[in-house]
Amino acid sequence: MEYFLIIVSAIFVNNILLAQFLGICPFLGVSSRLSTATGMSGAVCFVITLATVVTYLLNQYVLVPLGLTFLQTISFILVIAALVQMVEIILKKISPSLYQALGIFLPLITTNCAVLGVAITVVTKDFAFGGAAPHMLNLGQATVYALATSLGYGLAMCLFAGLREHLAGCDVPKAFRGLPIALITVGIMALAFLGFSGIV
Amino acid sequence: MSKWHFITDGFVKNNPTFVLVLGMCPTLATTTSAINGLEMGLATMFVLILSNIVISLIAPKVPDKVRIPVYITVIATFVTVLQLLMQAYTPAAYETLGLFIPLIVVNCIVLGRAEGFANKHGVGESALDGIGVGLGFTASLTVIGLVREILGSGSAFGWKFIPGDGILAFVMAPGAFLVLGFLMVLFNKYLAKK
Repeated sequence: MEYFLIIVSAIFVNNILLAQFLGICPFLGVSSRLSTATGMSGAVCFVITLATVVTYLLNQYVLVPLGLTFLQTISFILVIAALVQMVEIILKKISPSLYQALGIFLPLITTNCAVLGVAITVVTKDFAFGGAAPHMLNLGQATVYALATSLGYGLAMCLFAGLREHLAGCDVPKAFRGLPIALITVGIMALAFLGFSGIV
Repeated sequence: MSKWHFITDGFVKNNPTFVLVLGMCPTLATTTSAINGLEMGLATMFVLILSNIVISLIAPKVPDKVRIPVYITVIATFVTVLQLLMQAYTPAAYETLGLFIPLIVVNCIVLGRAEGFANKHGVGESALDGIGVGLGFTASLTVIGLVREILGSGSAFGWKFIPGDGILAFVMAPGAFLVLGFLMVLFNKYLAKK
């Protein structure tokens, strides 16, 4: 039951883009076409889940026992950067077609604050679902949380890319062209997602 | 006097929020009130100035291939310093800004200035650039925070002058996108040089 609540909460109620404002830069950058948006979502999904598992273990078995939790920020970002680099090298070797699809997005992901944001959230924040007492996530829950969050990222990204493809053909006033109209559209989408609040 | 433009450029010509459109996540997330926006802007400026200074000093000695990891390490170091300082001296602000303080590491403004300015210029110019861009960012965040605070809770810098509840949506997520969108329209129309 708790896993189900984590999934619903992470995808809809606390959508990472529309409610938590993480990973906005790539969201606005690559969402003008649906095909690039799906590619980016796939790459983000993969990296967020992997990075969260690795940084969770690093935190639990290295930083906490040694009393070095103040090094979280610096060690997590280095782990993420190394991980992205490694994923890129491995993908290139074992699955050139997947590398073709995700390749150009991978270097961008290091500076996607959604990755670092989720990694820090799962090791610092207390979660409370379905009336249970607030507690830290265990490894399984953290993994599910990371996966669901990144699916929520993909959902918002693909919905927005669909809207933006339609927007491209509209006659928008000059001062609104480009980003302003995109931001206003996201605002209205966020208003719609606000309707999910309170269900978990 | 000729170096004055490094500071003023950050406000209009190179405004990080409205022209370069960098660092959107903290811009949207922390501007629930004018004070929060101001605090986030100052925190970012602190990291920006120090990392600009250090990177301009070490840039000539860093091999080209590893420069990005080196820059990120420098930035992450100053963010950790900032975290410890804020925990000690401004615990209330540290609580409100929360996750977005460690996330200054991945704020594209800081890495963008390191890569785009500090590694090609001297120490003095880089420090001035850090101050200018930092002030521009702080000013934008404060303005966005002010508009959201007035519409959302009827107050400015915590001083309540409109009775009643205000439009709650403007303090929540949708308001952030809408206010930024409309402010960008005004900026494009009246301030941006054609």
